[in-house]
Amino acid sequence: MSDNSKGLLLAGVGGQGVILASMIIADALMRAGFDVKQSEVHGMAQRGGSVVSHIRWGKEVASPLVEKGSAEVLAAFEWAEAIRWVDYVRNEGAVVTDIKTIVPPGACNDTHAWSTAYPRFEIDLFRSRLIETRFVDATANAVQLGNVRAANSVILGSVAAFVGIDLIHWEEAIASLVPKGTEEINLAAFHAGMNAPMAQIPAPPAEPAEYLGPHLIDIQQDWCKSCDICPRVCPEHCLKLDTDGTLLVINADACTGCRLCEMLCPDFAITIRPPAAAEHHEPAISGRKM
Amino acid sequence: MTVDIEPRSETGTTVLLSGNEAIARGAVEAGALVAVGYPGTPSTEILESIAHRTEMQVRWSPNEKVALDVALGASLGGVRTLCTMKHVGLNVAADTFMTMAYTGVGAGLVIVVADDPGMHSSQNEQDTRAYARMGGVPLLEPSNSKEAKAFTALAFEISEQFDTPVLVRTTTRVSHNRGVVELGDRMDKPVVGFERNPQKYVMIPGHARGRRPALLRRLKELAEYAETSPLTKESGTGDSFGVVTSGIVHNYLREVLPDAKALKLGMSHPLPIGRIREFSKTVDRLFVLEELDPIVENDLRAAGIAVEGKEFFPQVGELSPDAVRRGFAAAGILPEYLSIEPAPGTVARPPLLCPGCPHTPPYLALKRLGAVVTGDIGCYTLAALEPLSSMDTCIAMGSSIGMAVGMAASGGAGAPVVATIGDSTFLHGGIAGLADAVYADANITVIILDNGTTAMTGGQEHPGTGTTLQGAEAKAVDLVGLCEALGVRDVRVIDPYDMGATYSAIEGAVAHIGPSVVITNRPCVEAPVKVRDTPFKVIAEACTACQLCMTAGCPSIVWSEETFEGRRKVVIDPVTCTGCTICAQLCPPLAIIPITSEAEAAR
Repeated sequence: MSDNSKGLLLAGVGGQGVILASMIIADALMRAGFDVKQSEVHGMAQRGGSVVSHIRWGKEVASPLVEKGSAEVLAAFEWAEAIRWVDYVRNEGAVVTDIKTIVPPGACNDTHAWSTAYPRFEIDLFRSRLIETRFVDATANAVQLGNVRAANSVILGSVAAFVGIDLIHWEEAIASLVPKGTEEINLAAFHAGMNAPMAQIPAPPAEPAEYLGPHLIDIQQDWCKSCDICPRVCPEHCLKLDTDGTLLVINADACTGCRLCEMLCPDFAITIRPPAAAEHHEPAISGRKM
Repeated sequence: MTVDIEPRSETGTTVLLSGNEAIARGAVEAGALVAVGYPGTPSTEILESIAHRTEMQVRWSPNEKVALDVALGASLGGVRTLCTMKHVGLNVAADTFMTMAYTGVGAGLVIVVADDPGMHSSQNEQDTRAYARMGGVPLLEPSNSKEAKAFTALAFEISEQFDTPVLVRTTTRVSHNRGVVELGDRMDKPVVGFERNPQKYVMIPGHARGRRPALLRRLKELAEYAETSPLTKESGTGDSFGVVTSGIVHNYLREVLPDAKALKLGMSHPLPIGRIREFSKTVDRLFVLEELDPIVENDLRAAGIAVEGKEFFPQVGELSPDAVRRGFAAAGILPEYLSIEPAPGTVARPPLLCPGCPHTPPYLALKRLGAVVTGDIGCYTLAALEPLSSMDTCIAMGSSIGMAVGMAASGGAGAPVVATIGDSTFLHGGIAGLADAVYADANITVIILDNGTTAMTGGQEHPGTGTTLQGAEAKAVDLVGLCEALGVRDVRVIDPYDMGATYSAIEGAVAHIGPSVVITNRPCVEAPVKVRDTPFKVIAEACTACQLCMTAGCPSIVWSEETFEGRRKVVIDPVTCTGCTICAQLCPPLAIIPITSEAEAAR
């Protein structure tokens, strides 16, 4: 049965090539004589969402899914995805991760704190379960070799040591599955990955300069002729023309002070004011949307 | 999505095939000559993987009902036929399905239905095993790629031996799991020819009354077959407990309890009640381990067999080795389950419309209008999420238009009522809804988001694309002509990349009294051709961080580290930007420009 079957997870973002990379691993393992099962989910995950692929191998594999806390290694093409899937790694296992960051646009929506919730790089993040974290600058390695798209092969090379099969199986699998004409560079990238040094952790992004907080919208109603320009441009949907033509402030707390409405109003009917000094000593409200 | 080309022959060689590819290969080896279906995750790759086979007719139908009709016709014509769809597709095809169980088939007919427990890419997680029981149709459940091939081939034999359609039910983890499969030869199955038999094939009441007892007799024979068939497989040892399993969950059982006594049902309808009863007598406790509904569990209870199941294993979502371990721990079979806490602090990463998606501008316009938007099934359903958040309903394929008619009839919308529907979905299930909108003279606008493909499932052909799955040219449905023929007076075609035209067309159509149609005509940027124009960039000094571009929800635009008055400026990723110009058209200070015109911008 499957007592000795091992597991590996590959994780990344839709479009990064997680599925091709996992097919290469599965193919290499099959060439090495193992029973292999490889499982992923298509569909919604493709559209810029999180993508994960499970690989199991052994004499005879039962489950195609890796059980939580049992994977030898997690190969992550992106740091936030490493954190998302690390619970599948066994105690004393390993995480090999690119130092690449892909900030989801959805994380760029806190217009009070102006901060993405993107996690900082931390080498000790998984140490409580004695999981070793290995950072690889796959992009830099691939660019050095002349093709940024070979970054995935760099990661595969960095993971190879945890899989423990002969090099020839990797080389054959890569040559048979990567797009025609890119065999050589992908093989070079794989070798680069095998010897890749521990990458320098990128510095945390600078904190945004102080933001004054939600601005105040003053409307000079008798100057407004209900032309409907300002409700169409407000990025935060703060304004609305009522059925009787009155301009309403419907989302006052969301005004960021961009002044588009003020600048575009043909009748100078809108004035945007920063919050009064006394009001913005309170901590900014965060998590407006999610 | 990567779709392997199914290997040509090399009989005896072993290859890695996904469950879907293995099913297709099983049909090939069984000598099937017609394969037909409608795309739907996780079933889509079955037909795609054999589209290159010139000796077969491999086709997309406009919907699952038509696909099953085509399949039954082909089967009665005397060729082995495969029909594929996702679980909810069988709802569409159910009308044919329920009665074809009465008629039986000609040559073997196998219906593959891929369930999606956990709803990775579906609107519900209905259980196809219930349909097998309602229709009285046998159902096989492969648990891996090897069985997916073997069971599909066997299903054709069963179909012919018992004169019945046969369901092969997979789940996401069977369809999208690659495993090692040994290839076999293709069987040569010549066309048998149609034999006229109105008593059997013309289901008027007088004839159908005769077929109903035949259906019940056949089910009894199939149950006897299941009792002795190698599809029912006992393994493991021990007498304290035993487990009845089927499909993917058998693998999870073996992962968690490698030696436990188990009875695996390759055919889970009709059940081999005798075998299960015997099996139950050899153990103190009998568990049923099944994903989704307690269907086998209830059947066994009805047969007077004491079982345990759903009190330990969840009825919601997909099972996993973890869920099975937790269940057996709760049942006292395994030691206490120690869960692993996920690492804290990562960011949510929901799916998004692609950079350059032509669906984006219409939803920006609809959000400004505050319209009540009845949505439909496709990529554009993602417009329901932040930041577009401009869809109010999404139920089933084609539902948008009928729901808009009803919403307008209610008088309670409080805003203009707009249905949005993709081209493939419109041809699948929207035409009758539009006929009703005209018939009811409903004051609604229907936006047909025509991107020339079935995008959500990876870009499949349909009757509007002018091409077929096997690469031939075909006549393309004329959507404008179709809408006009149905009686819509106000039909507008717009380029959704022209923001001004998009806004004014939608506002104009909404103002029209009675049904109106707006058709967008930009192709999908990902399929069938990757559309890539000059990427754009943000002139940082000009960006006022107003966030207007961010309202489009483009994955290529994120916050930069620079700020203006404390607000974050934005940057565009030139690698993923398709150059669609949507953000540039939105930008008030004209800070977004094509990368090639850098010199010009510097002036």
